[in-house]
Amino acid sequence: MHRTIDAIWRLESARIIAGLTRMMRDVGVAEELAQDALVAALEQWPQDGVPDNPGAWLMATAKHRAIDRIRREKRFEQKQQEIGRDLETRQDPTDAELEAALEEDLGDDLLRLMFISCHPVLSTEARVALTLRLLGGLTTDEIARAFLVPEATVAQRIVRAKRTLATKKVPFEVPPEAERAARLSSVLEVLYLVFNEGYSATAGDDWTRPALCQEALRLGRVLAELTPREPEVHGLVALMEIQASRLRARVGPSGEPIQLLDQDRARWDHLLIRRGFAALLRAEEVGGGIGPYMLQAAIAACHAQAPTAEDTDWARIATLYEALGTVTPSPVVELNRAVAVAMAYGPEQGLRIVDRLAGEPALKDYHLLPSVRGDLLARLGRSAEARAEFERAASLTRNDRERTLLLDRAAACDATVTTAG
Amino acid sequence: MRFLMMTKDGQSAGGPPDEKLMVEMGKFIDEMTRAGVLLATGGLNPAGTYIKSEGGKITVTDGPFTEAKEAVVGFALIEVRSKEEAIELSKRFWQIVGDGEGEIREVFGPGQ
Repeated sequence: MHRTIDAIWRLESARIIAGLTRMMRDVGVAEELAQDALVAALEQWPQDGVPDNPGAWLMATAKHRAIDRIRREKRFEQKQQEIGRDLETRQDPTDAELEAALEEDLGDDLLRLMFISCHPVLSTEARVALTLRLLGGLTTDEIARAFLVPEATVAQRIVRAKRTLATKKVPFEVPPEAERAARLSSVLEVLYLVFNEGYSATAGDDWTRPALCQEALRLGRVLAELTPREPEVHGLVALMEIQASRLRARVGPSGEPIQLLDQDRARWDHLLIRRGFAALLRAEEVGGGIGPYMLQAAIAACHAQAPTAEDTDWARIATLYEALGTVTPSPVVELNRAVAVAMAYGPEQGLRIVDRLAGEPALKDYHLLPSVRGDLLARLGRSAEARAEFERAASLTRNDRERTLLLDRAAACDATVTTAG
Repeated sequence: MRFLMMTKDGQSAGGPPDEKLMVEMGKFIDEMTRAGVLLATGGLNPAGTYIKSEGGKITVTDGPFTEAKEAVVGFALIEVRSKEEAIELSKRFWQIVGDGEGEIREVFGPGQ
């Protein structure tokens, strides 16, 4: 029974909290009321059975508590005021009015809840925790396990976030046109961060990682339905669908990472790839400029489209990275472009770009820089230099399996040097 | 976790589904799409083809078959967090459809 209630809660909680937040103008209070309804369900359902429409039951229960609370607060306010004064200016809303307010565009409430959970007034960690908690219906314990932090830390982040939203009087709204782009990109950033935490986690237990990817993907799909005219939302969904299609192929039988070009493409999830392509197509149909998520999705699509690694259209990927570098200039993007250029036009061309990145402070401790450089040097037959780069990369990575892989490559360079000499 | 929810033909064999039901179903599919759980869905042509392989011999027989009640006529592939979520969604489906029967199976495959 508890598992059933838990499942219903996960399916319904975001909508309930969203509806209550509009009513109460406070996410913290809304979540509290929703939790009260959950507790009531846990008490009553095991005895009376699960109601026919459990979502409506939870919503109605929470709503009644909300109305009680509004009344109580009003009485309290009234007591504080001198009797007889101001009583006429504020009339109690009727139940019907409150219910009508609650029924009104639930979809928009969900969108508002996403925007408020990812509000820039909050730290990134707080946005992530609040989003997973309010929209994903995850418990603080689940969030803590996924991000490898103590449960108390997550709980505190959530409490503080709610308090910040309340004290700064952050409105529960779909942001006005002028702020919309920036606010939306904050939402997308949070979703992609959650996805990546699951996708590229350097530690953590295996169960939580795919769960995070799936949660981010689910929320992305929900967001795409709520904002169908936003190309970047479809772009992010496309990117996550295509990347998720490789989840199973990117780990070997003993848990070792398998790089994209070495993956068994038959193990890719072609259903997700098709969904990714469809999302990318929608992004293009909406029009209105190409953003970073669309470009990354287009790159992912290039890989997904190639029947074998050798068939990859590297020239197109190099062009897409160049475009990405124009939209969001970053040394990491440039490094990726170098890889694509090397594949398309030879290691020499790629190395030229990589060498320009050598002094880049942002890449100082980034293991992929020496790793890529080592690879290009190895392909140019400069084995001794390549070995040094692989060793350096191994010393920088925090992932044990990746370190093993890099040290293997360094050793392979030794072998080449020996045979050559 | 992925689950395949299958609908069997049941009693309604042969008759075309009524319009109200189609509208309700459309709403349900829409809701599951908006919830981000529906990966794929479709109806199956009852006039299937039966294939049997036995001792190296393959027999192909064209339908429809007499055991129509057992035939799967529709499916929805969903991605959810637990078996209980799949069951919950399935219950909602049957509340719309009314009498009938179906099956929910976990899908092992490229998704995991």
